[in-house]
Amino acid sequence: MAFSAFASTPAAAGPVVRRRSWIALVLLLPGILYLLLFFITPLISLVFTSFQQPVINGDIGQYSAGFQWSNYTDSVVQYLPLILRAFGYALLATLLALVISYPLAYFIGVKVRGFPLVQSLLLTLVIAPFFISFLLRTLAWKQIMSDEGPIVVGLKALSIFPSDGHITGTPFAVIFGLTYNFIPFMTLPLYATLERLDVRFIEAGNDLYASPFTTFRKITVPLSLPGIVSGTLLTFIPAAGDYINASGDFLGSAQTSMVGNAIESNFLVTQNYPVAAALSIVLMAVILIIVGFYVRRAGTEDLI
Amino acid sequence: MAAGTFAEKGADLELVGITKTFPGFTAIRSLDLFIPAGSFFALLGPSGCGKTTTLRLVAGLEEPTAGRIVIGGKDVTSTKSFQRPVNTVFQSYALFPHMSVLENVAFGLRRRGIASPLEKAHEALRLVELDHLAARRPAQLSGGQQQRVALARAVVNRPALLLLDEPLGALDLKLRRQMQLELKDIQTEVGLTFLHVTHDQEEAMTMADTIAVMNRGEIEQMGAPEELYELPRTAFVANFLGQSNLFTGEVVSSTPDALTVASAGQQLVIPSARAPRRSGTVTVGVRPEKLLLLTAPPAAPSSGVNVLGPGRVIDVSFSGVSTQYTIAVPGIGDVIVFAQNMVFGPVVHVGAEVWVSWNVEHGFGLEDSPAEAAAGVADAASAAGADGDVATSALTTVKA
Repeated sequence: MAFSAFASTPAAAGPVVRRRSWIALVLLLPGILYLLLFFITPLISLVFTSFQQPVINGDIGQYSAGFQWSNYTDSVVQYLPLILRAFGYALLATLLALVISYPLAYFIGVKVRGFPLVQSLLLTLVIAPFFISFLLRTLAWKQIMSDEGPIVVGLKALSIFPSDGHITGTPFAVIFGLTYNFIPFMTLPLYATLERLDVRFIEAGNDLYASPFTTFRKITVPLSLPGIVSGTLLTFIPAAGDYINASGDFLGSAQTSMVGNAIESNFLVTQNYPVAAALSIVLMAVILIIVGFYVRRAGTEDLI
Repeated sequence: MAAGTFAEKGADLELVGITKTFPGFTAIRSLDLFIPAGSFFALLGPSGCGKTTTLRLVAGLEEPTAGRIVIGGKDVTSTKSFQRPVNTVFQSYALFPHMSVLENVAFGLRRRGIASPLEKAHEALRLVELDHLAARRPAQLSGGQQQRVALARAVVNRPALLLLDEPLGALDLKLRRQMQLELKDIQTEVGLTFLHVTHDQEEAMTMADTIAVMNRGEIEQMGAPEELYELPRTAFVANFLGQSNLFTGEVVSSTPDALTVASAGQQLVIPSARAPRRSGTVTVGVRPEKLLLLTAPPAAPSSGVNVLGPGRVIDVSFSGVSTQYTIAVPGIGDVIVFAQNMVFGPVVHVGAEVWVSWNVEHGFGLEDSPAEAAAGVADAASAAGADGDVATSALTTVKA
């Protein structure tokens, strides 16, 4: 009797599974529609734009459909330094953000674990910059680091800085701005992983003759790898495409232009839509390749 | 400890005046303890008695508020956990989830720069019969297998002192019995000093050479399992380590041989050698399995035998190998008798009028004052309730 009850289960399970998948489909529908409408459609449009050719004797910004592959080769050749700079800056900013965020996230997630109130307060402070617009914060930094600002004036008064020195417009200012603006994106995923880190593994490491540094390297870092991967991705991807920090209106100058600035000026200033679209797609492709390699290297199969 | 070498043999452990206070409570009160090299020592006590804190202090995972920790003649009080010649088998096993079983076992060897760590790790895994699973992740193993990996990971380092923090707690009864025997075998084989923390009194008695019973941050009594069981010094020990019938009464006569105590009009005799308190109000006891159940009053009061009764059987619990009878004796309270099932099933039923008797030499006296004894009984009862490890669990209750 007991066995016949078991035997009937698979038959009964059939409709249940089908109904579940139907519900799942309904729940997924808004997301699918959203992606179709706001991701796939513009992406296809962008691909078409990237192959357009100028209309002979037409107005500025007038293009017709075509298959002009040279849009890609020309723009890559012309903007290669900006593309390389974008990835170089983004990489540096990501590393800096990681170095700053890891101890911060470790402190909030592990050290003050027993004090939820302190934890929430510190987390609020991490997120607090989001309460002010990204543009305003970056502008504020421009003022602080401007030639008349306290930092430059102070450094010059102490003769540490040459009298014609600037901070704004330098790679330093841009990387600083990128690091500053993306630190919360690094801290929060790191916190989420470290908060769940079982300190008994650290104790076990210490018990097995590993010094605190070795325990950190061999136990803590590998166990927090999911947070490191998501934090670096959330920082690196937007930083590589950022055009605010590197813009001459904010912390950068013509010498610090990144590929985002080239895309912006081609789209909005010179109205060279095909080049801007081609650059966007190149940027996207390169990021996809880098991220693909990175995630594979970090190895999800190594994470439990 | 010199890098790259194993400890030759176990080392002794000495705790001198160890006190550990946490904000709001004292976990350990001025504890002195000496564990000789090569012994299997069990710290037994209910949860919250300070036994795990003691273990963590020895491992270096906590710092004592006061006192010294000496391992193999060397004061290690101020050294860090990773510098001590000590390994722990954690209650949660704490196997590194991102490493294979083999790498887990080789971890300590690699840290100390010991030659051919993988070979030695395989050897340790063979010892716990898990070498065929060396490539697996800990998450792919069963609880018992994880426990054995944790043991291999600690034993492979040949620590002078191996700490076991209730490592068998998560296993089911059958596997636990099997692991107890294996642990004991390994200890004999490798000759290390084992410090085993447990709340399971049967586990402590089967495995350990010496047991220290802890309660409220202090050691109540220490000794060989038989000694502790047959001659408990406090009410807590008498009831935490097995069960006891305790009677409180006034000493009416004391000779070098025997002490006579009057409890609710009944005279009880115990050997003077087994009674630390010999005047005033004392608590005496006897183990339930030492009692004989009589259905008729003994013909003539013979010397060398204590008799209580008449009383009435109020509960009969059949548990296979023995039967537990609870007998209400007027003025004395409930007396528990464990009787072997020599015949089929219980010999008397609820409501029967019975007497109990036992040999005088089986009785013992407690060091506790009556007030302390009452507190100890309460502690042991709450510990048994909390841990669910009552000495005997009745399978069926027979009621007539």
